Amino acid sequence: MNVLHFVNAFFSDSAHWHGYDGIPTRLIQHIRYCLIALVLAAAIGLPVGLVTGHYGRGGNALAFIATAGRALPSFGLLVLMTIMVGFGLVPVMVPLVVLAVPPILVTSYESVRSVDPSPVDAARGMGMQESRILFQVELPVALPLILSGLRSGAIQIVSTATIAAYVGIGGLGRYVIDGLYQRDYEKVVGGATLVAALALATLAVFWAVARCTVSPGVRRSG
Amino acid sequence: MAESGQLLPDPKGVRRLIRIDTVTKRYPDGTVAVDRLSLEIPDRSITVLVGPSGCGKTTTLRMINRMVEPSEGSILLDGVDIREQPVNSLRRSMGYVIQNAGLFQHRTIVDNIATVPRLLGWSRSKSRARAMELMERVGLDSALAKRYPYQLSGGQQQRVGVARALAADPPVLLMDEPFSAVDPVVRKGLQDELLRIQDELGKTIVFVTHDIDEAIKLGTTVAVLRTGGRLAQYAPPAELLTAPADAFVEDFLGTDRGIRRLSFFGTEGLELKRAPIVTVDTTAEEVAARTDVDDDVPYLLVTDRDGRPLGWSEPAALAAGPVDVARLLPHGRPFRHGGESLRAALDCAVLSPTGWAVAVDGTGRAVGVVSQQAIGEAIRTAHAERTTGAAGDDGSTGGGALGDADAATGAEVAG
Ligand SMILES: Nc1ncnc2c1ncn2[C@@H]1O[C@H](COP(=O)(O)OP(=O)(O)OP(=O)(O)O)[C@@H](O)[C@H]1O
Ligand SMILES: [Mg+2]
Repeated sequence: MNVLHFVNAFFSDSAHWHGYDGIPTRLIQHIRYCLIALVLAAAIGLPVGLVTGHYGRGGNALAFIATAGRALPSFGLLVLMTIMVGFGLVPVMVPLVVLAVPPILVTSYESVRSVDPSPVDAARGMGMQESRILFQVELPVALPLILSGLRSGAIQIVSTATIAAYVGIGGLGRYVIDGLYQRDYEKVVGGATLVAALALATLAVFWAVARCTVSPGVRRSG
Repeated sequence: MAESGQLLPDPKGVRRLIRIDTVTKRYPDGTVAVDRLSLEIPDRSITVLVGPSGCGKTTTLRMINRMVEPSEGSILLDGVDIREQPVNSLRRSMGYVIQNAGLFQHRTIVDNIATVPRLLGWSRSKSRARAMELMERVGLDSALAKRYPYQLSGGQQQRVGVARALAADPPVLLMDEPFSAVDPVVRKGLQDELLRIQDELGKTIVFVTHDIDEAIKLGTTVAVLRTGGRLAQYAPPAELLTAPADAFVEDFLGTDRGIRRLSFFGTEGLELKRAPIVTVDTTAEEVAARTDVDDDVPYLLVTDRDGRPLGWSEPAALAAGPVDVARLLPHGRPFRHGGESLRAALDCAVLSPTGWAVAVDGTGRAVGVVSQQAIGEAIRTAHAERTTGAAGDDGSTGGGALGDADAATGAEVAG
C-alpha cells in the first residue's frame, strides 16, 4: 500500500499507454489547455502590466484587480461558467485565465516600474521613442521578473487544469477524478504524478527560456 | 549629421549657438527652479553651469533638449526656437551625458555606443564601426567592446557614456555632472580627455557641475547660478577669479581664489637662472673655479649627464670632492617652463627644500632654476598687466588676489 507501488503499477500497465484514455492523449490534451490558458492570460496581463509599469501609474487599481482575481475560487467559477454557457472549452478557460492573470499582471507592472531610471532618462534624452524605450531599454532588464510572473501563472494553470475533467473535458484530471470515482487509487496517484511532473517540466522550460533570452549583462536572480 | 565614416570637427560655417531667453521654470508643485534666466552660449566652446545644489542647473540643461519644458521664455538654437522641430530629432542632434553614465546593462559596450546611430537608421555594421572608432577616441581599449557595463569600472563606464553621446557626431553636447561619481584621480583623467576631445572636435558643450574647480578647469565661460535659479555671474574663469560679481560668487569661489588664478598666468616670462646648474661629472676644481655663480644662489643644482635634475647641493660640498648623489637635497617636482602655469611654478618653489623651483623642458631636462622671490615678482607683473588690461576691473579686488598670492609666496617651507 505505498505510493511508489501505485506509481509503478500505473506506469507499467501497458493499457495506460494507448487509446483515448492513454497517457499520451491525456498529456497532450492537458498541455493544450494549459498553453491556450497561458497565452490568453499573457495576452491580457502583459500589455496592461508593461504599459502601466512604463508610465508608473495605475498601480493601486492593478493591485485591487489582482487581489480580487486571486480571491475568486477556481472551482466555483468553473461551475458557474458551466451553468451559464454549458459544457465545453470556455467554462474551463475562464477560471484558468482568471487565476493566471494576477501574477503576470503584477510582476510585469512591478518589474518595469522598478527598472533603474537613469538609463531610461538617457534613452529619452537621446531621442528614443517611448515604445522603443519600453521594448529596448526597460523590457530586457525587466525580463527575468516578467518570466517569473509567467512561470507562476503557468504552474498554477498546470495544476488547476485538472478541474477541466469535471466538465467532461479530458486532460490529466481525468485520471484523478475517474480514479476517485472508481476507487482506483493507482489511477489517482498516477494522474497526480503526471501533473507534478508536468509542473516540473514547466519550470525547466522557463529556466531554459530565461537562459536564452535574458542578456548576460542583466545580472539579477529572477 | 556627419555621414562620413570619420568623426570630423564641424565645418567652420556651422554655428551652434544656443540662446536662452528669459526662461523661467516653475514645477507643478510651485518650485521655481529657474528664474528669468538669459544666457548666450557660444558655439565651439565649453560653457559650464555651476552653483550650489538645487540652484536649477539640471533643470536649465534639460530645457535645452526639452526633457523639461520652460514655463516662460524660449530657447533658440542658431536663432530658431527649439520647439520648431520634432522633439526626438532635436534630441538626436544633442549628445546627452548623465551622472553614473546610465548605460544599458543588457547591451554590450559597443552596442551601447551604437545606440544613436542605430536610431538614426544606420546599418548595424556601420554603427558598430563608428562605435569602435569612438572607443578609441575616448581612450577605451577595444578589448572592452564585447563586455557588459557591469564588467567595467566607474571611470570606464563614464567614458562609454561620453562615447555614446558623441556617436552620431552631434554638434551639441549636454553633460550633467558626468564626472562627479568617480574618484579625483579618474576625474582628472576624464577632464583632460574631454579637453583633448574638445580640441579635436570643437563641439558646443554645456557642462553642469557643482565643483567650482572643475568649472574653472573646463569652462571657456562659466555661469554661476544662485539658489532660486538666478544668474549670479557669467564670465570666463580668469575674470571670475579676478572680479567676482558679489559676495555670493566670491564665497562660492572659495578662499584660495588668488592662488587658483595663477593657473591662468604662463611661466614663459619667468627669468630663469642657468648658472647654478652643474652636471654630475663636474670636477671639484671646475666647481671651485666657477666665477659666474651669483652670490644670491646659495645652492647648485646637480643634473645627470643628460641634463636631468638629480638634486641640490651646497657649493662647498661639491668643491670638497666627488658628488655623492645619495646625499643631494631632493629637488622636488620640477615645472615645465612655458608649459605650466605660475601656479605650478609657485607650488614647486614652495615645496622645494631650498626655496628654488627647477624648470625643465618638455623632455625633462633642467633649463634653469627660479626663486620664490622671482616668481612673486612675475606674479606682480602679470597681475599689473591683467588689471590695466581688463576694462572695468576693480583694483581692490585685484589687490586682494595678489595679497593671497604674496602670503603664499612668502611662506617658507621648513627643511
Ligand atoms: N520634477 C520636479 N518637480 C518639482 N521640483 C523639482 C523637480 N525637479 C527639480 N525640482 C526642484 O527644482 C530645483 C532645482 O532643481 P535642479 O535639479 O535643477 O537642481 P540642480 O542645480 O541640478 O541641483 P544638484 O546640484 O543637486 O543636481 C530644486 O529645488 C528641486 O527640488
Ligand atoms: Mg542636478
